[in-house]
Amino acid sequence: MSAAMTSTLVPLPIVVPLFAAAIAVVFGRFRIAQRVVAIGALAANVGISIGLLVQADDHGVVTMDAGAWAAPLGITYVVDRLSAIMLVTSSAMLLVVLIYAIGQQGVEERHVGFNPIYLVLAAGVSASFITGDMFNLFVAFEMMLAASYVLLTMGGRSDQIRSGMTYVVISLAASALFITALALLYAATGTVNMADLAERIPELSTGVRTGFSLLLILVFGIKAGLFPLFFWLPDSYPTAPGPVTAIFAGLLTKVGVYAIIRTQTLLFPPESQQGTALLIIGGLTMVVGVLGALAQDDLKRLLSFHIVGQIGYMIFGLGLFTVAGVSAVVFYIVQTILVKTNLFLVAGLMDRHAGSSRISRVGGIVRSAPVIAIFFAVPALSLAGLPPSSGFAGKFALIGAGVAAEQWWIVTVALVVSLLTLFSMTKIWAGAFWGEPESADPNDMPPAVRAEGRTNGGPPLMVLATAITVALSIAYVVFAGPIYDLAERAGTDLMNPSVYIDAVLGADR
Amino acid sequence: MSVLLAFTAAVLFAIGTWLLLQRRLTRIVVGLGLIGHGTNILLITSGGEGGLPPVIGKGDKEDFADPLPQALALTAIVITFGVTAFLLAMAYRSWQLTHDDVVADDLEDRLIAANRRRDADVADAEAADLERESDSSGDEP
Repeated sequence: MSAAMTSTLVPLPIVVPLFAAAIAVVFGRFRIAQRVVAIGALAANVGISIGLLVQADDHGVVTMDAGAWAAPLGITYVVDRLSAIMLVTSSAMLLVVLIYAIGQQGVEERHVGFNPIYLVLAAGVSASFITGDMFNLFVAFEMMLAASYVLLTMGGRSDQIRSGMTYVVISLAASALFITALALLYAATGTVNMADLAERIPELSTGVRTGFSLLLILVFGIKAGLFPLFFWLPDSYPTAPGPVTAIFAGLLTKVGVYAIIRTQTLLFPPESQQGTALLIIGGLTMVVGVLGALAQDDLKRLLSFHIVGQIGYMIFGLGLFTVAGVSAVVFYIVQTILVKTNLFLVAGLMDRHAGSSRISRVGGIVRSAPVIAIFFAVPALSLAGLPPSSGFAGKFALIGAGVAAEQWWIVTVALVVSLLTLFSMTKIWAGAFWGEPESADPNDMPPAVRAEGRTNGGPPLMVLATAITVALSIAYVVFAGPIYDLAERAGTDLMNPSVYIDAVLGADR
Repeated sequence: MSVLLAFTAAVLFAIGTWLLLQRRLTRIVVGLGLIGHGTNILLITSGGEGGLPPVIGKGDKEDFADPLPQALALTAIVITFGVTAFLLAMAYRSWQLTHDDVVADDLEDRLIAANRRRDADVADAEAADLERESDSSGDEP
């Protein structure tokens, strides 16, 4: 593939879903056509992303100047290894969850707007990963968030409106802070191009640099759900329609984490990276996330607290600021996205099968729907980090990096939290899969169970989509070696920002 | 000029934050609007001194105002406008459902709090029972 052709690929993960969204609006009345367009666009996105990953891995960073305005002036789109890895993962998950949503015959069927808005969300997520410009990152975030507001409140039930309100207000406050940070950055440096910022920020005084570093952690920390800024997350995610929760849980917080990784490693010289602060925040996020999860009875809320816990692990890896730590984070993020999406898809299946997602109410799923039990067991073990799951590989890498950096206390915290996660997963297993349902009266049983007694899990497309995520997470551990090597190359790039800067601004500047 | 603008931004932020912390949706929406204005003013200020309109052929390049922050502020205004419209629609829906625009506590939070209260009540009752037992055993000769 020639260089010119590759750089035309760069904006496609944004352009394709946006165009498809417009077409999907036109086809509002023809659901089949709308679905074909949406699935086609997201499948194309997977292909494009894989192409970009191969290119970025073989030939280094791929860039594209929008409108051919040269780098520091125009908006640059940049795909390095980290961006490409995130693109591949996110586009695959977006496709799988859309298939699930179509199979569910719920929110997707009832609302004409679902497919177009879902595609806008896809474009926003891709744009966040690709952009090399801070203000454009803000626009990408807004595109993603605006779509997420609509998806979260689709249906307009009173609990959705209540929690949606919290979500929207928090996000808007974070966005206002983001613009504030941008205004200050522009006032101090005179640029919003990330590579150019990376060149100019070291010229600022230490105090100003530290201020910017902390301000950006705060802004993206709200989106990522870091301690103590996570409180909106377990409140709002569970009220969304099932597939929407799955994609939010899998992707949205990770976009925040991606932004933290990108800005901290690229923009700031080593002496103003907030290593210790991030380690402490990461540790607290893990502990609070898992303790919150232990107190919950509703499966979706419980898993939402686990999202917070997992974010803590990523921040811990980043906080080490070593190649091993950052590589482990890259490996771990992909794994978490797979596992989290998977768990929420299974929670949706359980909800449909047993009529409730409260652990105290459902029971005996292992007998009534063994497929769901298997689908749950694989990601649950991963989440807890038991060998031979993909979660074990991820946590092993993280803890290995922590040991190598001799940060013993955070390693201890990570191990204890892992144990508590396992405990929380056993609680779900014992309550919902082994235990007896609250009511033994067959008339109280949900329709699915009453009609068939024992089901094969749910509608075929939903089961298929969930099976794909399970298969992907198993494949992830089978190919853990080569994938970890790729993550390590990505981590090495991240710890050596001149690769990125030279690719954007040119090596001969 | 800059000081005045910075001061205005600060005041808008302060009032906006105060309104944001209220429980009524209408106040929250107004608060977010004010914070939005504050950030836009800050963006404009970040471009430095004002000057001529930055159009080629309309004067010396040195006297031009910096166009980039203005473009950024325009984008931010459009985004804030769209999202505020969405917020208002949500506030209206909330009013339709509850005839009130106060944000309620989360149901699950209340359930868990109720559980804790119930546990505390049970523990209190047990403690009272134990005390009574020990009292009565003390009465026996």
